[in-house]
Amino acid sequence: MEKIKITIDNTEVEVSKGATIYHAAKQIGIDIPVLCYLNLEHLNIENRPGGCRICVVEVEGRRNLAPSCSTECTPGMVVHTHNLRVMNARKTVLELILSDHPKECLVCSSSGQCDLQKLSQMMGIREIHAVENAEMSTYRKDFSPALRRDMDKCIMCRRCETICNDVQTVGALSAVNRGFMSVVAPAFEQDLVDSPCTFCGQCVAVCPTGALTPFDDTAKVIRALSDPSKTVIVQTAPAVRAALGEEFGLEPGTLVTGKMVAALRSLGFDKVFDTDFAADLTIMEEGTELLDRIGRYLNGEKDVKLPILTSCCPAWVNFFEEYYPDMLDIPSTARSPQQMFGAIAKNYYADLLKVKREDLVVVSVMPCLAKKYECQREEFSTNGNRDVDFSISTRELASLIKSCNINFDSLTEEEFDQPLGESTGAAVIFGATGGVIEAAVRTAYELFTGKKLEKIDFKELRGLDGIRMATVDFNGTPIHIGIAHQLGNARKLLDGIRSGMYNFHAIEIMACPGGCIGGAGQPLHHGHSDIIKARFDAIYREDSQKKIRKSHENPFIIKLYEEFLGHPLSEKSHHLLHTHYFDKHKK
Amino acid sequence: MSALILQDCHKKTIEEICIYYKNDPGDLIKILHKAQTAFGYLPESVQREIAFHLKISVAKVYGVVTFYSFFTMTPKGKHPISVCMGTACYVRGAEKVLDELKDQLRIKVGGVTENGKFSLDCLRCVGACGLAPVLLIGEKVYGRVEASQIKGILDSYQD
Repeated sequence: MEKIKITIDNTEVEVSKGATIYHAAKQIGIDIPVLCYLNLEHLNIENRPGGCRICVVEVEGRRNLAPSCSTECTPGMVVHTHNLRVMNARKTVLELILSDHPKECLVCSSSGQCDLQKLSQMMGIREIHAVENAEMSTYRKDFSPALRRDMDKCIMCRRCETICNDVQTVGALSAVNRGFMSVVAPAFEQDLVDSPCTFCGQCVAVCPTGALTPFDDTAKVIRALSDPSKTVIVQTAPAVRAALGEEFGLEPGTLVTGKMVAALRSLGFDKVFDTDFAADLTIMEEGTELLDRIGRYLNGEKDVKLPILTSCCPAWVNFFEEYYPDMLDIPSTARSPQQMFGAIAKNYYADLLKVKREDLVVVSVMPCLAKKYECQREEFSTNGNRDVDFSISTRELASLIKSCNINFDSLTEEEFDQPLGESTGAAVIFGATGGVIEAAVRTAYELFTGKKLEKIDFKELRGLDGIRMATVDFNGTPIHIGIAHQLGNARKLLDGIRSGMYNFHAIEIMACPGGCIGGAGQPLHHGHSDIIKARFDAIYREDSQKKIRKSHENPFIIKLYEEFLGHPLSEKSHHLLHTHYFDKHKK
Repeated sequence: MSALILQDCHKKTIEEICIYYKNDPGDLIKILHKAQTAFGYLPESVQREIAFHLKISVAKVYGVVTFYSFFTMTPKGKHPISVCMGTACYVRGAEKVLDELKDQLRIKVGGVTENGKFSLDCLRCVGACGLAPVLLIGEKVYGRVEASQIKGILDSYQD
């Protein structure tokens, strides 16, 4: 690659041709402040609309200041990143942005995590020299079951637009209108619920301000916990334990399962259960469904729908309901672990406790924002009472723990309650891309071949590449498997199936980068792929440490089938653990 | 926003426009331009159909439609009136002309008369500053217009 030399703040630096001033400066340890710019290295996506003008620098011989994030280096360029002219310009730009931004930082849900707030602090802004009583742009607020849009706080960085269109290919958001009136909105400025939005929440994860925030039900959870007439139980998704620690200053990838259980018990939950239990249950149902379809296919039945697609990810479910309504009979009908847990809790566990379902409150802690939407879907309620009453995110749990002055660090590790807290290694890996299908293969192999699996780890299914393909040998029968994470990759895989390019038996899809570990409810990773990798490794570490690593060997799952469900795909299972899908596409 | 339910002939028109531009999203602006010429405006259904053919999100199409003031989502009158508010026209009394039009037609800027005959819009400079203030009705240009002439001009549109 051709190299060129430029000078930044009197230091010479050699960069590849095509590099921007911002990157060149970074190479010699100069961090030019940015606002709209975002580098999602693990997705190979750079958002650099060059719109905010915070990153301007002076280039000798050039009349205007240049936005460093989107100005390419040229040979011999002489750059100044912090002279008086640059500093004054940045300050003016920031003041102008702030002049049209609500000053409610004290009560903003993004306070402490807001890039605009941090920048304002860093630049020492103490007053805003804008015209007094200047007009502010206002826009109606949009509340959806999973996320909230407050466009008064939008600074038009367009990061959300990039992630929604280029990464997830959902296309719910676009910049609309012009000038002072411009906002990011769905088509025809509809509410998000009426748009193709899947509630994956990745836009929330990249929003630099409080313009896009999660819908937060924590207050309702606190109220339920303090209501003596309610029995409140909680389930925690596998990915939460691999990331919660980050909110308390622990290294990414620190597993905090035991401390998390202790914290939840300390918060007053009557029982602390594990979504992993329901993940094992999912494998029983989904794995049996997979074997049923493959078996019938191998017997020569013509109308068998293959591949079978996983259905654990609610954003993915929303995505195919919107974009693949012609393929609604392909995904597994198995509900997600969150909803399986809710159904078992309200229809089985409530009876064990002898409490009415209305008096049993089921709370889920999820790495996900789409789960908030999922638990509100009508088909997951009985007489208006939801199977899962409230879903809060990993970040919201951390805030709750902090607000109840629980010292997370000093907690002694505790164990989940039984019976809905027992789980296997197969369930833990549900949190990472490739994990669901590996868990399914572990069980399906043994049920299909009748043989004991000698090697439990299917390394060929693991990894962080966006699309992966592998073939697993079921004792002479090759089973072709496809895996995708991020909806844009899912689309590529699905289009390939639609056009007949791919032939798979089973496909696993997760909407977020890395799977649930990169979910929008997790501590924000700001595009640092090493954080995703650390969580990924933690999930597989937890799996390898488990005594039981195959879902069908979970003793409480075996008991649940014996005492209550009968067998996988039984009538009771169909009623409680399976669902159906809807065509949501607007013609 | 006015709802238009697309008939097969409408869909065919849109499809033909898109095919003419090889369904290339890069030509979205030209496609919208043609569609607006064909339909008089760009209602939701037309935008959805265009997005479908170009395989882009409806939000993107809507983003472009709302960015350019030339595009409109409300139907125009049979005789669309545009008043130039460019600098030359403005200093030579365009505002008085505009006020007179608003009074006579009893509509605001961007509106359409009840009978659908006239619609009223402003634009910036048609490149005829020597004739300021300038008024366009359809494709016909009126130069050196005075407020007192407005009634006569409007009356000349009988149909």
